[in-house]
Amino acid sequence: MTWAEMQPLLRDASLDTLFMVWWSTLYTILGGLPLGILLVLTDRGGLLQNTVVNKAVGVVVNLGRSLPFIVLMVWLIPFSRFVVGTSIGPSAAVVALAIGAIPFFARLVETALREVDHGLVEAVQSMGGGTWTVIFKVLLPQALPSVIAGLTTTVIALIGYSAMAGAVGGGGLGNLAIVYGYQRSETGLMNITIVLLIVIVTAVQLAGDLAVRTLARRGGRQAAPVGLRRLWTPARPAPKPAATVPAQAEAPEAVKSS
Amino acid sequence: MPVPGPLTAAHSTVTETPVITTTGLTKVYRSRGREVTALDGVDLHVREGEVYGVVGQSGAGKSTLIRCVNLLERPSSGTVTVAGQDLTALAGRGNRAGAELRKARSRIGMVFQHFNLLSSRTVQSNIELPLEILGVSGKERERKALELLDLVGLADKAKAYPGQLSGGQKQRVGIARALAGDPKVLLSDESTSALDPETTRSILQLLRDLNQQLGLTVLLITHEMEVVKTICDSAALMKGGRVVESGTVSELLATPGSELAAELFPVGGEPSGPDRTVVDVTFHGDAATQPVISQLSRTYNIDISILGAAMDTVCGKQVGRMRIELPGRFEENVVPIGFLREQGLQVDVADVNPAPAGALLKDGAK
Repeated sequence: MTWAEMQPLLRDASLDTLFMVWWSTLYTILGGLPLGILLVLTDRGGLLQNTVVNKAVGVVVNLGRSLPFIVLMVWLIPFSRFVVGTSIGPSAAVVALAIGAIPFFARLVETALREVDHGLVEAVQSMGGGTWTVIFKVLLPQALPSVIAGLTTTVIALIGYSAMAGAVGGGGLGNLAIVYGYQRSETGLMNITIVLLIVIVTAVQLAGDLAVRTLARRGGRQAAPVGLRRLWTPARPAPKPAATVPAQAEAPEAVKSS
Repeated sequence: MPVPGPLTAAHSTVTETPVITTTGLTKVYRSRGREVTALDGVDLHVREGEVYGVVGQSGAGKSTLIRCVNLLERPSSGTVTVAGQDLTALAGRGNRAGAELRKARSRIGMVFQHFNLLSSRTVQSNIELPLEILGVSGKERERKALELLDLVGLADKAKAYPGQLSGGQKQRVGIARALAGDPKVLLSDESTSALDPETTRSILQLLRDLNQQLGLTVLLITHEMEVVKTICDSAALMKGGRVVESGTVSELLATPGSELAAELFPVGGEPSGPDRTVVDVTFHGDAATQPVISQLSRTYNIDISILGAAMDTVCGKQVGRMRIELPGRFEENVVPIGFLREQGLQVDVADVNPAPAGALLKDGAK
């Protein structure tokens, strides 16, 4: 296969992947952020303590997370057809991707918001602030670095999931690698696809880390070096690890605990 | 910022109008079938313009009490009245605060032990937060915030983030924020407990100045007697969810056997030999300004040794306790002790010979 033949395939597949990741990320934020906030507020001792709602949302979130993505996608075919009018192609895949990622992101948001010091909530309540004030002036701004770190993780997971979109004819780089690389033994094309995926994932991670670091520095805190700079920053003699490592250190932990 | 006046003017702002009143305040926590009584029928009366300190060990219920005053914690029973408004009536059911309660809260400032500043906002923006909640316009917010920063002596830190400030500076920002809504009442929840002694003094001085200049009523809880000694007009001692003693500092000192007075002004000291009379003298009120001890010595021509003393200026008055030793048995010292009582001092004969120091024979002279 020549480069001239590969080029249009790679271009279309990349655009499909970006299309799917972009739109599914958008819907994931729209769905996951409110769900995460709801989980925190309705929990025991929360501002809107409500065991029934909390348990119900928790069950739905866990259900969404326990299904393997490929199963979820096939299971959602009728729903995708209902929402976007078609059960195949990138648009249909966006529906499945968003629904798969919303519970994941909701848990990450929940973890991030829980780390906000309750004293801050109390301070705002003592000023006469209500629930909305607490959400928009305290919880979200204070948890923003952690939420961004969680979003980075979610976007990278979405890039991975989007490889399975081929199962519903979604196209994208993952599909290209399977169809040409595996089924037609075009190793060259597969390798280029893999490199492209690595580049995209690295770019997302660096952008996320940079955002987290900028936000953390805004608070006057010392942030650890981020991304590639970690590689060539010489190991320093552990300068007070607990005190100086801010929000982004919580990101890997958040992934584990979710 | 005007130079703080001498502390002798301390009582000038106190009026008899009650500002914070709690009656029969009770808080019971229930968890897993067990009940813990944090507050057990607390009656508190804080007068307008005074600095009122609530002391007690941790677990005594102080923190629950102050959080019940602005209903951050819902009392199980009893009422809380702040500036003539019955807050418990506004509470409604459930944990959500209704609009009226929120409005009432905005007129009560609160300062916290751990400052509770938003690290994502600048100092100025932190102070503007309560004004944002009140719906004040942007320009007005900025004017007010800068004015308050000037008041607490941090005019140059408006654009800094809390993470760049020292503990004392953070608490100054916390105080400025608490004052943004022009409150009549300031609640201070262990506001100096996380600070070093010198910073504690400067924060207390600031609270005292604000109390004087703005006529602000301050209710503070603390576990440090030093705080009460430094700025409080009145104090209450809490134990096991109850207020066991309360009153102005002079009143407490005048109460024989007052635990709070003894904690505020601890005196110790053993007699130097047998046939000595040890006497605890409590100074409160006007007599404290007279050189009573040297008068006693000259009048009766006796040698007096001071075994221990804890004297201080509380709210501008010389108050404190002193343990002195008179030569001879008690019977030989009836007249000098009578002289001290005539001067308006409270005199307790300390029974320190067989029993350990501190056990007082109350009214031993009778």
